[in-house]
Amino acid sequence: MLAALAISPQALFGQLLLGLINGAFYALLSLGLAVIFGMLNIVNFAHGALFMMGAFCAYFLLNGLGLNYWFALILAPLMMGVFGAALERLFLKRIAGLDPVYGLLLTFGLALIIQGVFQNYFGSSGLPYAIPAALSGGRNLGFMFLPNYRAWAIAFSLVVCVGCWFLIERTKLGAYLRAATENPALVRAFGINVPRMITLTYAAGVALAGLAGVLAAPINQVRPQMGENFIIVVFAVVVIGGMGSIMGSIVTGFLLGVVEGLTKVFYPEASNTVVFVIMAIVLLIKPAGLFGRAS
Amino acid sequence: MKSRLAFALTASLMLTSAALADDKVVKIGSLDDQSSLYADIGGPGSTLAAQMAVEDSGLTKKGWTISVIDADHQNKPDVGAGVARKWLDEDKVDVIVSLDNSAVALAVSQVGKEKNGVVLPSGAASSALTNKACNANTIHWAYDTYALANGTGKSMVKAGGDTWFFITADYAFGHQLQHDTTAVVEASGGKVLGSVNAPLNTPDFSSFLLQAQSSKAKIVALANAGGDTTNSIKQAHEFGLTASGQKLAGLLLFITDVHALGLDVAQGLSLTSTFYWDLNDGTREFSKRFAARMKNHAMPTMTQAGVYSSLIHYFKALEALGGNPHDGAKVVAKMKEMPTDDPLFGKGAIRADGRKIHPAYLFEVKTPADSKYPWDYYKLVATIPGDEAFRPLSESECPLVKK
Repeated sequence: MLAALAISPQALFGQLLLGLINGAFYALLSLGLAVIFGMLNIVNFAHGALFMMGAFCAYFLLNGLGLNYWFALILAPLMMGVFGAALERLFLKRIAGLDPVYGLLLTFGLALIIQGVFQNYFGSSGLPYAIPAALSGGRNLGFMFLPNYRAWAIAFSLVVCVGCWFLIERTKLGAYLRAATENPALVRAFGINVPRMITLTYAAGVALAGLAGVLAAPINQVRPQMGENFIIVVFAVVVIGGMGSIMGSIVTGFLLGVVEGLTKVFYPEASNTVVFVIMAIVLLIKPAGLFGRAS
Repeated sequence: MKSRLAFALTASLMLTSAALADDKVVKIGSLDDQSSLYADIGGPGSTLAAQMAVEDSGLTKKGWTISVIDADHQNKPDVGAGVARKWLDEDKVDVIVSLDNSAVALAVSQVGKEKNGVVLPSGAASSALTNKACNANTIHWAYDTYALANGTGKSMVKAGGDTWFFITADYAFGHQLQHDTTAVVEASGGKVLGSVNAPLNTPDFSSFLLQAQSSKAKIVALANAGGDTTNSIKQAHEFGLTASGQKLAGLLLFITDVHALGLDVAQGLSLTSTFYWDLNDGTREFSKRFAARMKNHAMPTMTQAGVYSSLIHYFKALEALGGNPHDGAKVVAKMKEMPTDDPLFGKGAIRADGRKIHPAYLFEVKTPADSKYPWDYYKLVATIPGDEAFRPLSESECPLVKK
């Protein structure tokens, strides 16, 4: 059957593995978005721009302070978290409780400003960021050559995604967070500082976007537009997975990465649009998303 | 009463004839991708090149009023055509330059013909602009896919690369470049083993590169440009494509792409270009002035140099006509009559099909050790004379060419 489809099994496995790797990026990015939407009901359109800022942080840490990739993996998300907390305090707090459309418009505007500023200074061709020495090279798996960095990317994403899911769904801190967003007044009555939790949650979501940016920097050129390509797909992932569901967005991220990978083999011209076709179908059949709870 | 009537009649006749005479007002529009993957190739740099052409022509001192405006076509032919229509209809723009996207350039070229403006693409690559889609209002400057295929394609087949696989940007430019290069490869005795169409502005080429690797072709040709090319080359290195013996052919590479990649990754790549900032004293003098005024101090690309060169010649034609007739076909006909000469592209000519002819050069990207100063990226390998680089008129399907 595979021969009839004009592709060898080895090539197909290679493409599936590549699809999984891309899916890992989608999962990591959509995790941050799902956390922010699920917990705070903010449609964070600035996510792509913040992902790009994470990659630029990694670039500046290397070229300005001489701190390599491994430092950037920890420092860039921290820097982005602080920036996210500032954004929440300065802008998002003022529209809390209003129609979600305000949040959408505000974050979209922020995204345009951030991208515009970076583009003004750095142009569009991008800046080089090398793969760290320890992760360079690759191994021949027989059916394809797998770069070590890509193997690391998928493993690291999995660990972070599962870790975050565990933190939110299975720990006391996560329980407070979920309660604080469902019923802030009651949780505040228990003496928990709800505004601070909200700031920290948004900061955490932004930090995840920054982390994804550091992970992407060595394989995509560090460009101001790098967030643009991802953000729309990531939104589709979150919508398909169910907008409140953390596990939904992780699983859907990987799943859609594989689907996109297969499309690139059989009909590459559609690889940009297949995610939206699936989103349209899912919305028609199950509007709450694959893992979402109908509210 | 009679004398008053006579006076009124004479006055109105004088006024109408004054309106019909050529004036010294020119409005230039630079239409480009200002924000996406091609923005560094043309973009704000093309607007600067246009302004420099206005200043260097000396026409403002001779009483001419020349203004430069720009807009973003966002790589969408409908947006580009809409802007061109508004410019030519309402905003009194006389000439549209740069156009760094072939699909947009083809659409705008048609609008230019409809509205009798002048269209001078320097960024677009598709050789169809002077072939099937040629018209009397368009002159294709700088380069085209035929020259790229002839330069890089022919030389790589001669050097032993006889099997090819294409990764093609899925729109007018990519398809035309693949078509023209395939013709050259097959004519030189090579074979094309396969190809894959990648959507424009793809961030991840890993899947397409994997297909290229399994084809076992000796040459993996990248029929794309700008951000797509830099991503493809970077990821090709990551996937060990070059380490396993296959060679990369960056069919369209600009100096800003090499700068973005860094010489570590880009070294050894062959490319064809009709302009390099460090080629001779003329190009160096212009480029240093250009880089000083650019925000990121980048050296000019082939497209930006083309914008400058095309406008210098356009101004010479206007001066020869004694004013701006606001008649696109008339100005283009004058431009075709006059031989061209500027410090950037040297001596050349414009053919009946609207193709600007000048020499093309085959370059190789230097190794980091060979690069002695900033932007010292290219090593000249060969010079291809103008009449060999571009499609010969005998093969042209342009209706303007008399056979």
